[in-house]
Amino acid sequence: MVKSTTKDARDLFHTLRSAYVATPTNLKIIDLYVCFAVFTALIQVAYMALVGSFPFNSFLSGVLSCIGTAVLAVCLRIQVNKENKEFKNLAPERAFADFVLCNLVLHLVIINFLG
Amino acid sequence: MIHEFDPYFNYRTTLFLTEKGFYEFWNWFDSESWYPLGRIIGGTLYPGLMVTAALIYWALRFLRFFVHIREVCVLTAPFFASNTTLVAYFFGKEIWDTGAGLVAAVLIAICPGYISRSVAGSYDNEAVAIFALLLTFYLFVKAVNTGSLAWALGSAFGYFYMVSAWGGYVFIINLVPLYVLVLLITGRYSMRLYIAYNCMYILGMLLAMQIRFVGFQHVQSGEHMGAMGVFLLMQVFYFLDWVKYQLNDTKLFQTFLRITVTSAILVGGIALGVGTASGYISPWTGRFYSLLDPTYAKDHIPIIASVSEHQPTAWSSFMFDYHILLFLFPAGLYFCFKRLSDATIFIVMYGLTSLYFAGVMVRLILVATPAVCLISAIAVSATVKNLTSLLRTKQKVSQTGSTKGAGSSKASSKVTLDQSQPFQKNGASALLVGVFYLLSRYAIHCTWVTSEAYSSPSIVLAARGAHGNRILFDDYREAYYWLRQNTPTDAKIMSWWDYGYQITAMGNRTVIVDNNTWNNTHIATVGRAMSSNEDEAYEIMRSLDVNYVLVVFGGVTGYSSDDINKFLWMVRIGGGVFPVIKEPDYLVNGEFRVDKGASPKMLNCLMYKLCYYRFGELTTEYGKPPGYDRARGGEIGNKDIKLEHLEEAYTTSNWIVRIYRVKPPTNRL
Repeated sequence: MVKSTTKDARDLFHTLRSAYVATPTNLKIIDLYVCFAVFTALIQVAYMALVGSFPFNSFLSGVLSCIGTAVLAVCLRIQVNKENKEFKNLAPERAFADFVLCNLVLHLVIINFLG
Repeated sequence: MIHEFDPYFNYRTTLFLTEKGFYEFWNWFDSESWYPLGRIIGGTLYPGLMVTAALIYWALRFLRFFVHIREVCVLTAPFFASNTTLVAYFFGKEIWDTGAGLVAAVLIAICPGYISRSVAGSYDNEAVAIFALLLTFYLFVKAVNTGSLAWALGSAFGYFYMVSAWGGYVFIINLVPLYVLVLLITGRYSMRLYIAYNCMYILGMLLAMQIRFVGFQHVQSGEHMGAMGVFLLMQVFYFLDWVKYQLNDTKLFQTFLRITVTSAILVGGIALGVGTASGYISPWTGRFYSLLDPTYAKDHIPIIASVSEHQPTAWSSFMFDYHILLFLFPAGLYFCFKRLSDATIFIVMYGLTSLYFAGVMVRLILVATPAVCLISAIAVSATVKNLTSLLRTKQKVSQTGSTKGAGSSKASSKVTLDQSQPFQKNGASALLVGVFYLLSRYAIHCTWVTSEAYSSPSIVLAARGAHGNRILFDDYREAYYWLRQNTPTDAKIMSWWDYGYQITAMGNRTVIVDNNTWNNTHIATVGRAMSSNEDEAYEIMRSLDVNYVLVVFGGVTGYSSDDINKFLWMVRIGGGVFPVIKEPDYLVNGEFRVDKGASPKMLNCLMYKLCYYRFGELTTEYGKPPGYDRARGGEIGNKDIKLEHLEEAYTTSNWIVRIYRVKPPTNRL
């Protein structure tokens, strides 16, 4: 049972890896950005665990800015991905412009909230 | 003029904002209410309404229209009500079609459920909040339908406006995740939903936390945890969807699914459990918990239970506020279920949840009104469309010969007259006349209700005289202006909390408790003072530095919302904090009486003495003995009242408001 699960897991890993290599470069760049943002958020949470959460608004604004850009980048990836049939009429420039606008609002609010 | 009680506080704060500027307003500490505690107004109010009115005021001033801020405040509500009808049109267009949008706009323009809170003069949070609510929902549904980040950003801003305007934003932050959950369960997960919800949640949450009153509740309060849970669930869904797409192989995907789902549920459950158990995630507050468990407030929090707007709704209120919309609502639900889409699922959920809450609390009929109007509009529009298309068929059938083959067959298959029912056209026109009749009755009902029930400013009372002429009782304003002109500027007024805002705004004096009701113990102290006999009450009043006491008495005019009728709530709230006050002491066999058979504690308490002082000499009605209380319908028990520590300062012309001065102790000057 355990052996079949590990074999399944290894198959899973290989299939995923080979499928991922085939994705276009622009999507891979966005994925990298998402990973970077999430990683930064995790570092901030670890720091908070060490030092304590005062002032809480600064902690929240830091973590939420990372999560926020990660989520917005994922939305951009969805809209730019040519294989998504729902968005084939959407120009990638429009998607990027929306992304920039939302990020602008996000960071303005973060700066106000940072304290 | 400004109506009711809460609008007076909003008016006072708006005045302060326009005079002193935004920075002072945001950091305002008010020492004129809740003496001696004061109130941090900047941090405990929802600034949306005040900022909106101030912006309109400054815009008009910029255009050189020098209006007084009071005019702007009075007319803010109708202005935003008209904006709501516009949003209702676009929302109806989004859900169904332009016809439904038009009918929805018309219905909501005159619906009494909404008019009750949006008449000119009703300067309360709900005036802009319902506009913000409908706007947020419309923008969110538009975002889900189009999958565009820009619309989702719009809905986040709409949510921010709602959070700044009213505490009822909790409804949005729970309905939207519930809607997303229903879509996920019914298998309607799509990328558009992911984009719309995530953008709205993150940006909306961040924007909402800028309001000081809301603070960190979005990450700490139990009422907001549903939204966060659904957010994490969406990430899991997206991730699973992406992996499924990459793998292209069901067997491997099943394994993967098994591993991730079990671990995600485990982690989520543990986090929630730890958070709730350790108290980090606060449980649902009393105000919203009493929506889920309506009996909770009656037993545990008498202040919430005592507000008349918080009582469960009677059927008559539903009929009064909705009229024909009550039976058009199920019809609209039927049409929505026939054509299920993301948008119709939303409006169905909004309608059902808001109607449930409207049944629990009268005040929430207001929140249900847009949903009921929209769904009824769908019913009306779809029915009228079907009927008129039946009426138009005769012309189409006769033209089939002249049009192209494909077009004519389509036209004839869509609207063929059923030859077995020869009177179909007559039936259709009869039904149309019926629909017209119903809608015109609705319009008549709405205008009648508005003029009779919802136009009263409740600070000026009206009654019909013996010859049918209207008599106005302006006693409240008379009393407040007496206070303003005849008392020292640092005088402190003790009254029941209902009148606090009006006294501070119009009388310009410091009060002990007001409508904000943030400190239950302070209110209970006042309740205890009102329920004790004069000596004990005098000690409490000396400790609070009270100079004047104000009571409202309806015995001469028959006004039934006076302090004697509210007295039992004072006893309950006071008894909730000070066990020395026991409610059964004031009742006789469980009955509340003020005549000779009343309990001795009742006959000697401060409230009784202040209301009925010198009343025993007054004849109120022809043929009745002196001291006949017209509001209770009985002769009072204790007519010979002597006050030792207070003296009468002012009684208004119809005896509605009575003000007493607290005398300093006898061995002081």
